[in-house]
Amino acid sequence: MWRRERRMAEAMLRLDGVHTHIGQYHILQGVDFEVPRGGLTMLLGRNGAGKTTCLRTIMGLWRASKGNVRLEGHDVTRRPTPELARGGVAYVPENMGIFAGLTVRENMLLAARAGAPDARRLAWIFGLFPALEKFWNGLAGNLSGGQKQMLAIARAIVEPRKLLLIDEPTKGLAPAIIGAMIEAFRELKSTDTTLLVVEQNFHFATSLGDSVAVMDSGRIVHTGTMAALAADAALQQRLLGLSLDAHQ
Amino acid sequence: MTAPASTVPGQDAGSAIPAARFDWRPLALVPALMLAAAPLVGSAPTWVTLTVAGLAMGMMVFMMASGLTLVFGLMDVLNFAHGVFISLGAYAAASVLLTLKPAMAAKSVATNLSAMLPAVAAAIALACALGWFFERVIIRPVYRDHLRQILVTMGGLIVFEQLIHVVWGPDIIPLPRPQAIAGSFIVGEAAIERYRVLAVVVGLAVFAFLWMVLNRTRLGLLIRAGVENPEMVESLGYRIRRLFIAVFVAGSGLAGLGGAMWAMYQESVNAQMGMQMIVVIFIVVIIGGLGSVGGAFLGAMLVGLLANYTGYLAPKLALGSNILLMVLVLLWRPQGLYAISKS
Repeated sequence: MWRRERRMAEAMLRLDGVHTHIGQYHILQGVDFEVPRGGLTMLLGRNGAGKTTCLRTIMGLWRASKGNVRLEGHDVTRRPTPELARGGVAYVPENMGIFAGLTVRENMLLAARAGAPDARRLAWIFGLFPALEKFWNGLAGNLSGGQKQMLAIARAIVEPRKLLLIDEPTKGLAPAIIGAMIEAFRELKSTDTTLLVVEQNFHFATSLGDSVAVMDSGRIVHTGTMAALAADAALQQRLLGLSLDAHQ
Repeated sequence: MTAPASTVPGQDAGSAIPAARFDWRPLALVPALMLAAAPLVGSAPTWVTLTVAGLAMGMMVFMMASGLTLVFGLMDVLNFAHGVFISLGAYAAASVLLTLKPAMAAKSVATNLSAMLPAVAAAIALACALGWFFERVIIRPVYRDHLRQILVTMGGLIVFEQLIHVVWGPDIIPLPRPQAIAGSFIVGEAAIERYRVLAVVVGLAVFAFLWMVLNRTRLGLLIRAGVENPEMVESLGYRIRRLFIAVFVAGSGLAGLGGAMWAMYQESVNAQMGMQMIVVIFIVVIIGGLGSVGGAFLGAMLVGLLANYTGYLAPKLALGSNILLMVLVLLWRPQGLYAISKS
């Protein structure tokens, strides 16, 4: 019992003083924050704050030049991306990363490393994103922007994951699709999966976020609950340079 | 999870969106070229002979180019040293065939095959081994740096050509064809070389095998995905580096096979044959679309046919005809006949 409680109290993900350089640019300049186990943490910030770099560094796609990334207490800073993925971390990049020349079915088949996707899980995914069932044998490149985003997320959850890293899931989507995405994310939150989502859409963030970390110039400048940030217009203005009204 | 168990959707489920529709227009270029050449050549038997020769040449060029296009598409590596695998395959096959000369001279197909199969196996094995060495020692340090790739692979090509001279000597080695496939069939008034028919059969078999692997296996799915977006393949948990090595080695082996077939076609081997073929192979890869095996197949057919038709009709234009073909194709489709979308 004691071990289980300690496991629950332990953060799913923890970044300690993480620095990332890309070429001559020093993008992450000592990032410290925790993603609690379960629930959804929003990573917010202005353009160029370093949110995408942060996700890519966690995923091992860019190497941290200093600091530590810990997953369930284990240091994964130098762990190769495929090993992280096999350890239960899934990543949905900003450009969605779908394979346009492959069918929806083939995209899903690749993501299910154990072989064919589990039929029960697939049925659940089709419940979240009905369009994918409809276009199952169509080329992924022929899907609309929203459908591509659905495929990208479906691919990430085709097998149970510990941690989902999702970069701007609502970017470029129509409001009706964003509504459907919010519902899908609510359903995802009800599973054991921990989510870390980079987002620019403040309405989406406040609808779903349990906790929040705000980045600016390669550093975390605020952490707390999403509810507290949503209730404090002055804090939003200071951290994000926006007024809540403008984004609702 | 709330939904009940259900079966995976069947083939009909995606009917609302166009399923992968095949673009037939580039494919029509081959029969169009054949038909266009017929009145220019004039004589039907000559046209048949030239067409079979063109297809045979195309098949052999395809064998050499298929590995390069995958390496180019998957790893973004400009490997000019691909020509070494061709030369080495040719020399390996020649060494085995010359050792088994009595079997080559026999009129029995089975006895000929007892020499040819080990020769081809030796060509593939040696080219695979050299490919593995190249990937580990020469290519790996220069991933994502095209300028250095060109420099070190050209350097590797020159060094290994000289090593071939050291091992096999600088002279051209004559290579008699196996007796059973020497000579020609006469169909009507047209003479069709037996070896060309064999080259077409082997080329089609290689294409069918590659098509099956790429379209009907999980490995093929990974390769196709890797050509589009290697980083995402890694993010899904696959070690793309291992895939790179496997494709590079397999591509080298195919070049070795192509070299062995080309050596028997030319009835001689020389260390420069890889260097001589590399320009044609790059033209085929560019015409087909980088990373597209189907495109390389089509490009090789076009290059083979055009080289033979122009060689007969206007020999002085034969050398430039492939360049002209590439220019015309790129004006029509700048990404090649069957472009692979990259993300």
